Parts: sequence; structure tokens; C-alpha cells
Amino acid sequence: MGTAELIWNGVAALLVLCIYSFLYKDNPFYKFAEHLVVGVSAGYFAMILFYNAFLPKLINPLRAGQYWYIIPGILGLLMWARFSRKWQWLSRPTLGFVIGSGAGLAIPLYLQNYVIRQLHATMLPVGFTSWPLITNVMIIIMVFCALTYFYFSKQHKGAFGVAATFGIWTLMVGFGAGFGMTVMGRVALLAERVVFLRDYFAELWGALF
Amino acid sequence: MRRTLPIAVVAGVGFFMLIQYFIPREEFETLYEWALDWTMVIGCFAMALGLYSLTNMMVTKVRRKAEGWGYSLVALVGLFVMVFVGIVPHYQDSLKYGTLFMDIFEYIYIPIQAAMFSLLAFYIASAAYRAFRVRTVLATILLVSAIIIMLRLIPLGPLSAVNQWLVNFILTVPNMAAKRAFWLGVGLGATATALKIMLGIERGYMGRD
Amino acid sequence: MTFYERMMNLDRRWVYLVIGVVVVVTAIWSFAVPLYVTPEARSVYDFVESLVPGEVLMIGVDYAPEVMAELHPMSYAITRQCFAKDVKLLLCCLHQNGPGMVEQVVAQVAEEYDKVNGIDYVYLGYKPYPSITILAMGQNFRIPFPEDYYGTPLDSLPMMRNMTNFDNVKAIINISGGSGTEYWINYANGRYNAKLAIGVTGVMTADYYPFLQSGQIFGLIGGMKGAAEYEYLAERGGYISREKGQLWASKSMPIQTTTHIVIILFIVIGNVGYFMSKRKK
Repeated sequence: MGTAELIWNGVAALLVLCIYSFLYKDNPFYKFAEHLVVGVSAGYFAMILFYNAFLPKLINPLRAGQYWYIIPGILGLLMWARFSRKWQWLSRPTLGFVIGSGAGLAIPLYLQNYVIRQLHATMLPVGFTSWPLITNVMIIIMVFCALTYFYFSKQHKGAFGVAATFGIWTLMVGFGAGFGMTVMGRVALLAERVVFLRDYFAELWGALF
Repeated sequence: MRRTLPIAVVAGVGFFMLIQYFIPREEFETLYEWALDWTMVIGCFAMALGLYSLTNMMVTKVRRKAEGWGYSLVALVGLFVMVFVGIVPHYQDSLKYGTLFMDIFEYIYIPIQAAMFSLLAFYIASAAYRAFRVRTVLATILLVSAIIIMLRLIPLGPLSAVNQWLVNFILTVPNMAAKRAFWLGVGLGATATALKIMLGIERGYMGRD
Repeated sequence: MTFYERMMNLDRRWVYLVIGVVVVVTAIWSFAVPLYVTPEARSVYDFVESLVPGEVLMIGVDYAPEVMAELHPMSYAITRQCFAKDVKLLLCCLHQNGPGMVEQVVAQVAEEYDKVNGIDYVYLGYKPYPSITILAMGQNFRIPFPEDYYGTPLDSLPMMRNMTNFDNVKAIINISGGSGTEYWINYANGRYNAKLAIGVTGVMTADYYPFLQSGQIFGLIGGMKGAAEYEYLAERGGYISREKGQLWASKSMPIQTTTHIVIILFIVIGNVGYFMSKRKK
């Protein structure tokens, strides 16, 4: 590691330790690091938005003579009317355009991908002669029972109640799996930061002594 | 007019986006691409709204010398430094790896953000100790499922193969069934919401007069 | 207050201290952790392995620094594998704080393999509204991205000459820490039938098994363990090297092991204390 990298990583290590000081209690070091990252991330995003969004999608096309981009430009500017109580209504058509696009696009695709294709994938060959066929039977029963649990227009009694109970058991297994994976996910974030600190302090020790 | 025009825009754009999915004609494709293009330009301004809001809030806090205004000043300094180094030395080349702009991103933003989220590992451990109680059958099922998933990261000698098989079974059968029921619900709910928006039943996006 | 009641009312900072000590001790005295490679991670690796030089793989990188511990290793391993095989890469980022993450990966790895921007890889950059951007890319990459991340017009880049939309890429691998994955499944695969695999955080992994089973995605790299599995396969393939410190996720796996043991113990102790204190009452 060169000197510049050593110094920069030292700043990074110090800021990481400022954040970890919060585990004892809230303190000015933590607050400083927290507010610094808010400002830096806002400034970073401002530059990314300018160079990757405004420049290529609006400013450069206008410079190149594609003047029809003025129309979405004006529509976009009208969005800013949301900040004025008196002129807030001017932002509604633009918002309507964006929301209408999203809603219209969503309907066929959500139905196709989250409903039809998922139902199609549940229509599996069944049998009891091999393990894959047995698991197919389990999947069909579990999907059906899990959906039954979410049907609250009928009381969960009798055979319906049994299906709903098996459904909630299925859901609990799913939630347990999610929790187990979440623990791994959270610990991963900590593990990486500690490995960074370990590697940095090892480098620093090597550089100083 | 102030409420009718946006509803008409939502309905018009929404229904066009819906039917163009089913009509493979060039004219519809052209209008579809136009609509996507315009939405992206408008999106640039929408993103800038959030930035303006944040900056305004921080400036107001500093101007009024409200409690903790010093930290807001730190955030503002961070923001303006990022904008300055993002424009002045290299203009768009500031986005390249190795510039001061990217160094601040790599050695200040990344470490603080990663460290802040790594605190979640401590919180999940604390929650596991203080709140995870097997009070009911459902909680027991959740816990057993979670522990089986968590054990996959622990070498168990001869039991590892059994545990891996169980993990694979849990993830691909009951978990998959449970999550399928969840996605079916998401698909149907999103479709219903999109339809309500397009028909003008759902008008929350308009705000108040 | 009985022992069990005191145990139940323990200050949470003692729990933090135990976790902290376990993590630091494991970081200093590390050990090898045996790894079981899941079929879903292997299928992503095998697909990339099947690509021939000159073919184009698209990587949608939609994450920010907060989840880089789990996802950055995936990005590095896949990028190194592709560049080593002379597979061309088309990258984009649909998360507002993620463009720098992609630039970090692509700039460092391109330098290692002497890859040239515009010829061996193109980094499209960021655009807002991920769903709209993906739909627009499905029509033509030039609609959302007339220029690349560095401001170069796409038409002037040699690699983009015969590239119009998703039909010109062999597959898309989306590495995401948030809702970006849903958009890629819904729009890229749903509307344009693009071949899609995903790399997601541990929190999200369990949610995407239905799409794996239905065939909407052909592979799933789940969390840090998934990243470690991919690194294991890539190391065996000679694409990454432990000596050069290129196994990111694998370095943290020992800490995962010990911390998981401690958390399981916490759950057991917490429940023992709960039942014992209930019995006393």
C-alpha cells in the first residue's frame, strides 16, 4: 500500500470506528460521521444525476438540435411546482403521465410474471414413485394451503381450517428460512468491515515498524 | 380541471401503455419508445426534487441555528465539496476511478455507509437473545427452520451432509411454496392497484388542493 | 431479582461486546471453512464458463455500499472470469448510489486484464426509474443510454456497433441489493424473454426460489455464502487467486461460522432463561 492509500484508508478506518462508537452510546463522533455521509452521498448523487441523466438525456440532445426534448423538459420542470402550495396543481399532469405509464405497464407484466407463470410452474407432474414427484405433490399442497390461509372471507373452520393451518405452518417455515438467511446477510456486513480493519491495521503496523 | 386533467392523463397514458403490449405495430412501438424516453427525462427532474428538499432542510437548520445545526453544516460542506470536486478539476472525467471525486466516494462514503449497515449484525444478535421466544407452535416452527438454515454455515462433520440436504429441501419446497403464495398476492395486489389508479379511483398521488 | 430474570434484563451492550469479541478474535485467528456449492450458484458459473470469446454478457449492478460485503465479491469474480475468457461485458447501474461501485470493479479488473473500454467492455452508467430504463433497453440501449458513463456516444463505441437490445446479449446477470431484481425479472425476462440470473443479498435470497423453480431465472447466487461458492468455483477455474487477495467473501466466512454459533447460543440461552423465569413465577 502506498502512502496516499495508507492515509486514505486510515481516514476510512477512523470513520468506521466513529460509527461503531454508537454501540456504546450516541456521541458527537457518530453524529459527525453520519451527517458527513448524508452530505457526501447527496453531493455524489447530484453529480451522477447531472452527468448520467441530465446531460445525455436533455442538455446534449437540445444542443444537438433535437428541440422536441423541450416538452418533457418543461413537464419535468412543472414537477417542481410541488414546492408551492398555490401552484402545486401544475405538477399533477406530469405526475399523472409518469404514474399512468407505470400503472399501464405493470398490469400485463405483473399478471404474467407473478400470477400466470407462477401458477403454471405449480402445475407439476405428481406421483409417489420417486422423490421429485413426491416433492411436486408437497409443493402443490403447500402453495394451495398457503393461499387458503390468506382467504379471510370464510371462517377458518373444518377442512378449510385444516388447510389454512397447514398453510400458516408452511409460511412459518418460509419466514424461518428468511430469518436464517437474514442473519447471514447482516453478519456478512459486519464481517467485511472487521476484515477491512484487520487488513488495514496489519498494513499500518508493517509500514510503521 | 385541476383534478380532471391529471385523471384523464393517467387514464389515457395508462390505457395506451396497457394496450400497446398486445399490439405489435410499428406506430405503437414508436409511441411506446417516445413515452419511455419522456418518462426518463421527467425522472431526472423528479430525482432532483429529493436533492433540493434535503439541501433546503439542511440550509434552514443552519440558518435558524436549530439544535444540531453544526452537524447540518458538516453535511452541507460534504455536499458542496463533492459537487466542487465533481465539476472543477476534470468535469465528467471526475467519474473515473482514481480521481479525487472517486477517492472521496471510496474512502469516505463507502466505509461509513458499510459500517452503518454492519451495526445491524449487533442488533440482530440482541434481538435474537431478547425477543426470539418459542411461545407458540408457530414460533417453534419458525425457529427450527431458521436454525437449520443457520447451521449450514457451521461445519458439523458427518451431519453436514444431512443439514445441507435439509437446507436444500426447506428452500426449494416449503419456502418456495410460501414465497410463491406471497408473489401471487403481490401480483394480484399490484394489478388491482394499477387498475384503480388508471380508473381514477386511487388519487392519493395528487395531494390536496 | 433471580439469576434468570437478571439474564433476561441484560443490557444489550453486553451482547454487542460478545459479538464484537467473537468477530475480532475470529478475524485474527482465522481458519478454513468447508463449503458446499449449491446447484443454483453453480448454474451461473457454468453458464459464464460456457461463453466463448467475443460473446457479450450483460451485468446489471444495482447495489450501493451498504450491501457491498455480499455483492461486491460476486461482481469481481464474474468480471474476472469474463475478462479471463475474453467475454465482452455490458454493464449498467440502476441504483442511484451504485455507479461508483461498478466503476471501481470494472476499472480495477480491466487494468488487470488489459481490457479496453469501448472494445472489451462498455459501462452504460445510471438512469433513474429502473423499470422504465429496463423496458427502454429492451427496445434499444440507445434510448435510455445515448452516451455511456464517461459521456461517449454509444454509436462511437466499437463494441456497440452490432448491439441493439437484449437480443444481442447472451444473458443478463443482475446483482442487486433491493427491488431492482423484481424489475429485471418482470420487465427484462417477462417482456423480452432475456435469459436472466440473479445475485442477491442474504435477506432477499429465500424470496426468489419461486422464480428459479419456474425457470424465469436460470441461476441464483445467494448472499455472502453464494459469493463464496462462486469464488470457490472461480478459484478452481483459475480465474481468481487467493494469494492476490481476490477471495473477498471467503475471507469473511470463518467470522460467519463463529458468529452464527454465538447467535444460536443466544437464542437457546434466551429461551432457557425465559422458560426458567416463567417456571419460577
